Amino acid sequence: MIFFVAMAYIVGLMNYVMPLQIGSRDVAFPFLNNLSFWLTFAGMVLFMLSLFIGDFSTAGWLAYPPVSELQQSPGPGVDYYIWGLQLSGVGTLLTGINFVVTVVKMRAPGMTLMKMPMFCWTTLCTSGLIVVTFPILTAAIFLLSLDRYLGMHFFTNGFGGNLMLYINLIWVWGHPEVYILVLPLFGVYSEIVATFSRKPLFGYASMVYATAAIMVLSYLVWLHHFFTMGSGADVNSFFSLTTMIISIPTGAKIFNWLFTMYRGRVHFTVPMIWTMGFLFTFTIGGMTGVMLSVAPADFLLHNSLFLIAHFHNVVIGGVVFGIFAAINYWFPKAFGFHLDEFWGKVSFWFWQIGFWFAFGPLYVLGLMGVTRRLSHFDDPSLQIWFVLAAFGAFLILLGILSFILQIYVSIQRRKEYAVDNDPWVGGRTLEWSVSSPPPAYNFAFIPQVHERDAWSDMKAHGAARPTEGFNDIHLPGNTSTGVIIGALSIAFGFGMIWYIWWLAVLSFIGIIAVAIGHTFNYHREAKIPADAVDRFERNVDWTATPSEVTA
Amino acid sequence: MSTLSTTINPPRNGAAPMYYCREEPHEHNGTLLGFWIYLMSDCFIFASLFVSNAVLGVRYAGGPTGAEVLDLTGVAWNTALLLLSSVTFGFAMLQIRQNNRRAMLGWLAVSGLLAAAFVGLEIHEFVDMIAAGAGPGRSAFLSSFFALVGTHGLHVSVGILWLIVLMVQLARYGLNPDNIRRLRCLSMFWHFLDLIWVGVFSYVYLVGVLR
Repeated sequence: MIFFVAMAYIVGLMNYVMPLQIGSRDVAFPFLNNLSFWLTFAGMVLFMLSLFIGDFSTAGWLAYPPVSELQQSPGPGVDYYIWGLQLSGVGTLLTGINFVVTVVKMRAPGMTLMKMPMFCWTTLCTSGLIVVTFPILTAAIFLLSLDRYLGMHFFTNGFGGNLMLYINLIWVWGHPEVYILVLPLFGVYSEIVATFSRKPLFGYASMVYATAAIMVLSYLVWLHHFFTMGSGADVNSFFSLTTMIISIPTGAKIFNWLFTMYRGRVHFTVPMIWTMGFLFTFTIGGMTGVMLSVAPADFLLHNSLFLIAHFHNVVIGGVVFGIFAAINYWFPKAFGFHLDEFWGKVSFWFWQIGFWFAFGPLYVLGLMGVTRRLSHFDDPSLQIWFVLAAFGAFLILLGILSFILQIYVSIQRRKEYAVDNDPWVGGRTLEWSVSSPPPAYNFAFIPQVHERDAWSDMKAHGAARPTEGFNDIHLPGNTSTGVIIGALSIAFGFGMIWYIWWLAVLSFIGIIAVAIGHTFNYHREAKIPADAVDRFERNVDWTATPSEVTA
Repeated sequence: MSTLSTTINPPRNGAAPMYYCREEPHEHNGTLLGFWIYLMSDCFIFASLFVSNAVLGVRYAGGPTGAEVLDLTGVAWNTALLLLSSVTFGFAMLQIRQNNRRAMLGWLAVSGLLAAAFVGLEIHEFVDMIAAGAGPGRSAFLSSFFALVGTHGLHVSVGILWLIVLMVQLARYGLNPDNIRRLRCLSMFWHFLDLIWVGVFSYVYLVGVLR
């Protein structure tokens, strides 16, 4: 769920929204973006292949040694895990580099850093975190594969190996990773709260500093995942304190969102109720997090269902709710019609109530000493809590089904639900200034930014969209190199997993050859002629049906 | 949903500021910045490997110690070769200003040969160690040694391959802006590997012999 649902969704969201918000036509390195996608795709294919050929890793989501070592896991499962993650990890790393450069270099004229939409700030911070943490994941898994393939002794039980080294390395990546997931969604909430309170975001500057502070602090808390390692009171105190401190900027954000709503004209649309559900749920999850950050308490709560309840409280309350909010918020921009409100609200309420039924009891069970990863717990007096949790899971299932129904109903009624460029009326940022869906070139003319919330500013001054005098627009041309490298990577990974050395060697040479071949292509641009732009821009009917609005 | 309509506020009195750039934007060049960021991320891979060496560097598991297997004379030659190749790469880069392709190709070739000699010596060292029973599977110390030094060597080898490709492109297409940009990236990569090697040399070898 973390690697290929949350990460894939969030990178995709940043990819779609961020260039539109900074008034850019593309990211800084379009080919790299394409390659990143196909590498992630290749990793996903390898993960999925394990369902049909061989089996998947049973060593947990972080493949702790010594269980993930060759002696305990001789099958291909851990190898699927290794190569799936290595490929998609490289893809994510390249994306991070790409987005940092995009935000730094490609903002519209006049958009200084402190005039950027909040979502772009969170994208920048998340991308920065990706750049400094994903290499560590790559290194940790690389060392694990050296153990497995070449018989080395990094994390083995014998020959001087040290498995805690792996656990430290993986969490130096793993803890920032949860902030990589949640920061962009903090950006999403910031956009949504401002839009539907019809007010500028409260405390923009403090929001920026809070985001940056979280970015730095998230790097200094990883050891709280294993206070019980026995690193001593001094070390535990340090990580205990940093963990508590990180709740301060996060708390500042909560207040900023609340104050944005205060005296605003709050519109209870679907994205907005997801946001309010988040504020409620995430705050409680954050408080139990502070409880867990107390190292002595953690010795009791470690590995218990209390911990499970805590991290689902923040990951579902923060990340999953944010994903639903973002889907509902930007769907009309991406597809030209909005999602059904009724089923959206039904889905939200099933999720919100179901969440508390499912995870509330786990807090109780955890405090009573029930540990995680059990298939059976033999104490009838606690059974009622398990039943309640199961009922909550059923409610969440109804929430998921309602969401699928919401998409289905909306597609059925897409003509009726068609929207113009600014469907929420209160849109504040540049993506709402272009047609829905936006043309391939995003902006016929690059916007000139004067204020924060550039589109609000444009609306306030009645800025007219130019309808003539268009120029040729240069965009990157099509290339199949990314797909080919992705396909060869699947072959390479498959060869490595099943020890088919000739396949691995050949496809590796193939990857290098295709990559070198690509560098001999110096003409990668395509041109959209001015008259095609003109034709599109003139004919954009702001209330057009989606089928008419295609570039 | 009643909120789904557009209401654009009427213009105020007085001239509104310009909200669209009529001219096409200038080409940005983010490649060098992007490559810098890539190098910094690569730094984290090496940081992880250095950390592994720091943690596992004394875990000999009854096998040979650093003082027994690390050959400081050989590594002194290696260091000299790599640092020299950085200097000659610098000379090659100076030819951009002179626009002298022939001299540039010459200096690049010298840099490539020096780096190839470095990799050759390193392979020789590895082979000797494995033959003497001090292979990467012998102990955690040796695993971390081979992983770190080997990853660096792999980077240098990739650099050599890149250098060859770029020399072909320079010979065929000349010193055009694309090629100059690629040269600058490769140059950064080259010097970056030097810097990492200084770390490897001083920590893995010099400290490794002492502890």
